[in-house]
Amino acid sequence: MSHWIEGQTGLWEIVIGLEIHAQIISMAKLFSGAATFFGGAPNTQVALFDAAFPGMLPVVNAKCIEQAVRTGLGLNAHINKYSVFARKNYFYADLPAGYQISQHELPIVGPGLVAIDLSDGTSRTIRIERLHLEQDAGKSLHDRHPTRSFIDLNRAGVALMEIVSQPDMHSSEEAAAYVRKLRSILRYLGSCDGNMQEGSLRCDVNVSVRRPDEDFRTRCEIKNINSVRFVVQAIEYEAHRHVRVYESGGSIEQETRFFDSSSGKTLPMRSKEMVHDYRYFQDPDLVPLMLDETFIEDIRTNLPELPDQKKSRFMNIYGLPAYAAGILVEDRETAEYYETVAKGRDPKIVANWVMTSLFGALHRSGREISDSPISADHLGQLIDLIGDGTISSHIAKSVFESMLETGQEPSAIVTAKGLKQVTDSKVIERAIDEVMRQHADKVALYRGGQVRILGWFIGQVMKATDGKANPEKLSTLIKKKLAGSTLSSV
Amino acid sequence: MTALVDLSLADARTGLNRGDFTSVELTEAHLRAIERRRFLNAFITETPEIAIAQAKASDRRRRAGQVGTMEGLPIAIKDIFCTEGLLTTAASHILDGFRPPYEATVSARLRAAGAVTLGKTNMDEFAMGSSNMTSYYGNVLNPWQRHGAPEIKLVPGGSSGGSAAAVAARLCLAAVGTDTGGSIRQPSSFCGIVGLKPTYGRCSRWGLIAFASSLDQAGPMTRTIRDSALMLGAMSGYDSKDSTSAQVPVPDFEGALTGEIHGLKVGVPCEYRPDGLAPEVIALWDKGISWLKAAGAEPMEISLPHTQYALATYYIIAPAEASSNLARYDGVRYGLRKAGNSSLNEMYMQTRAAGFGQEVQRRVLIGTYVLSAGYYDAYYLKAQKVRTLIIRDFQQAFKTVDVILTPTTPTPAFAMGEQMDDPITMYLNDIFTVPISLAGLPGLSVPAGLSPEGLPLGLQIIGRPFEEQTVLKVGGVLETAACFTQRPSLAVAN
Repeated sequence: MSHWIEGQTGLWEIVIGLEIHAQIISMAKLFSGAATFFGGAPNTQVALFDAAFPGMLPVVNAKCIEQAVRTGLGLNAHINKYSVFARKNYFYADLPAGYQISQHELPIVGPGLVAIDLSDGTSRTIRIERLHLEQDAGKSLHDRHPTRSFIDLNRAGVALMEIVSQPDMHSSEEAAAYVRKLRSILRYLGSCDGNMQEGSLRCDVNVSVRRPDEDFRTRCEIKNINSVRFVVQAIEYEAHRHVRVYESGGSIEQETRFFDSSSGKTLPMRSKEMVHDYRYFQDPDLVPLMLDETFIEDIRTNLPELPDQKKSRFMNIYGLPAYAAGILVEDRETAEYYETVAKGRDPKIVANWVMTSLFGALHRSGREISDSPISADHLGQLIDLIGDGTISSHIAKSVFESMLETGQEPSAIVTAKGLKQVTDSKVIERAIDEVMRQHADKVALYRGGQVRILGWFIGQVMKATDGKANPEKLSTLIKKKLAGSTLSSV
Repeated sequence: MTALVDLSLADARTGLNRGDFTSVELTEAHLRAIERRRFLNAFITETPEIAIAQAKASDRRRRAGQVGTMEGLPIAIKDIFCTEGLLTTAASHILDGFRPPYEATVSARLRAAGAVTLGKTNMDEFAMGSSNMTSYYGNVLNPWQRHGAPEIKLVPGGSSGGSAAAVAARLCLAAVGTDTGGSIRQPSSFCGIVGLKPTYGRCSRWGLIAFASSLDQAGPMTRTIRDSALMLGAMSGYDSKDSTSAQVPVPDFEGALTGEIHGLKVGVPCEYRPDGLAPEVIALWDKGISWLKAAGAEPMEISLPHTQYALATYYIIAPAEASSNLARYDGVRYGLRKAGNSSLNEMYMQTRAAGFGQEVQRRVLIGTYVLSAGYYDAYYLKAQKVRTLIIRDFQQAFKTVDVILTPTTPTPAFAMGEQMDDPITMYLNDIFTVPISLAGLPGLSVPAGLSPEGLPLGLQIIGRPFEEQTVLKVGGVLETAACFTQRPSLAVAN
């Protein structure tokens, strides 16, 4: 996971650049009115244009343009008021027109910046080279028939943003942090759902290695990686492969590879003879895209608070450390959840509950915060019950578990299970007396100087009260009694 | 009374309005003419049943008081327009059996205006050609013949050769054509009819099978200027389905035909008089200049300095776009498929090798080449720059003049087999029409006289963008002065 690979001949630096394809959230495709829902029956969301019927023409979907501009602004990037759609020509069965409409020389978004946080507490800025709009291709289904392939055009023509970074990353951790951060920003903006499993977010990773202070060496592109974990594995494998090849006297050829998740290896995808000449040229069916200042400024004005801004606000107003704030803002729903609970409560205690108990529980059950069985209101109520002394923190843990299972509000669980904390001194004293009566030998030991066994006494009393005794009261009372001042009451 | 098939669109409209005859009678007369002149091969698909049904419906509408601008008028449609449920071929083998489930905007608008459609006319394959010899469905015969040489078969020009021959031979009152580099104007000149290529963006390209998207434009092919104006009005207008269609209002084109051209400045470009241009063409051009002068216009010599590069520029840009536009014909979703148990690439290669004719293959290859890495800058990019210079030539000229007058073609119709050996010679047919296409300007070919061999020759009027009204007005003056009343010898007899 480090910046450097120590080879047999010395140190090598890893150099990584990413191209991320993010599917735009929109009702219709980039140039046709066909629907874009995921998971539709094959070929049910296909307009005549998507299937490249003769004479059919593209009409740009304004919503997709808006989403691209919103994303560009979210990436602190330059918005190009004049951009051009170009055709990228190649033959493939899932590309009906024989060309993909993309942007080549004049993309809609120019250079931008993304800040990433690393586990050692440092931050880095990764430069974005550009963001351009393009059509997605259809899907080739190779597993439905022994000798034939099937084509599903539902995805053909769906709007994609290709976000290209500079080769600014130097470890798989940085690349992973970049993908997570980008995904986080896209989700905040509502321009892409970031779902890597469904393919709404796909990564092409460019990897090379070099000696310290050397120029870039030949890179290899690993296409279509669909999880952050695989991005990490692919980079690790590929960088080490380069080092092995160089150190054994070989050379790396520029090529396109794919990541085989079962073996954890990258393998060549196309041979060199199959390198495409895409013959880009401006699409004559479309006019250049011209954006006016008002359009851009309207979008800028309505941008939501983005992760970086939210993080610094969390640090400032809630007094959270950078690490905790970073984790809480990664996901917009989580941040909203946190803020709902934190309203009028101790922000650090809330952060602790959310980040340890809640995240742990969600992780175990494989759920997202959006379908958490414990609502923000309920978690807040639970924290209040501790605060007003109704239950102890200890009991709260078991109430939390019940809330997870039942989704009930905490006070109902406390009442139903009789978990209300015992604060009545007389009740606690009776329990202490009973324990001391049964363990007179231990009382003697304590009084003989073995004060270390205080904890044991507390434990016994807690057990006797089903954990409901107020810990502070119990501690004060038991110390007094063991000291012998109230023996008279026995 | 004039035979029904000899009427102009406008006169037929009057006759229908007066109740002199019905649309069914008018349509039947044309269907009979089509049958009698089937040897011209002007149609790929005849649709007599549809035409009669449409004519009956039109007569019913008329009785109910609903009369569109093209109500009941029988026309033909170039087979490059997608027509719903009806075989649409672009004269190519590769579109075998293709019946689009949609109707092109232009033909839909004509039908909505009440027009009756007789069938789909023959053309050069994918509109690539100037002779109609590249059609998979066979060549079209020009209804004109050289004096004393009926045995010599002449081409109607191309690519809208079937439309031009059909209009000239009285098989339809008018026809829709498309023009990419001269495909309406050159066959109109060869067949002695009026052909208008409107400003790029005037007519929607939606549903029009693309050859070169930045150049393709639909237009009317008629026997009179008034008919051209009438039909253009019914065809044109903004279409939100075509991003390159212009958001300009559709004016009253017919109303512009006032004949009043006093003080109008007519540019005569010196570059359109190359060495070796046929003397009869020069003579006719000079006649045209004097006719306009006599009507009060002011002819003046102008220069369009980049004219000599237009043809080369066109034959880079048009094939480049075509190579990409024609990539969709792959045998996967419609049309011809040639494949045994072969791989995907083999299927592509076999289908496209069998489905495309020689000229189409040549242009796909040229287009692929000029866009290829290492050649793009020298060819495609340079051609785009020259195109800009050609546009500027015209912009400069139109600061001084209102219209430009040139010959439409350097020669009258040639015989089948002539000019076939060398594609470059064939491409020279478009030398006077291509610059106008590159500049996206309106260009009108008006039949103005006969060559010594008795073949029609056209003059071209070029206007500013979206000034079809001026172009048509000047065309009307030329039409009156030229008094071109000759009929082709193979036209249906009176």
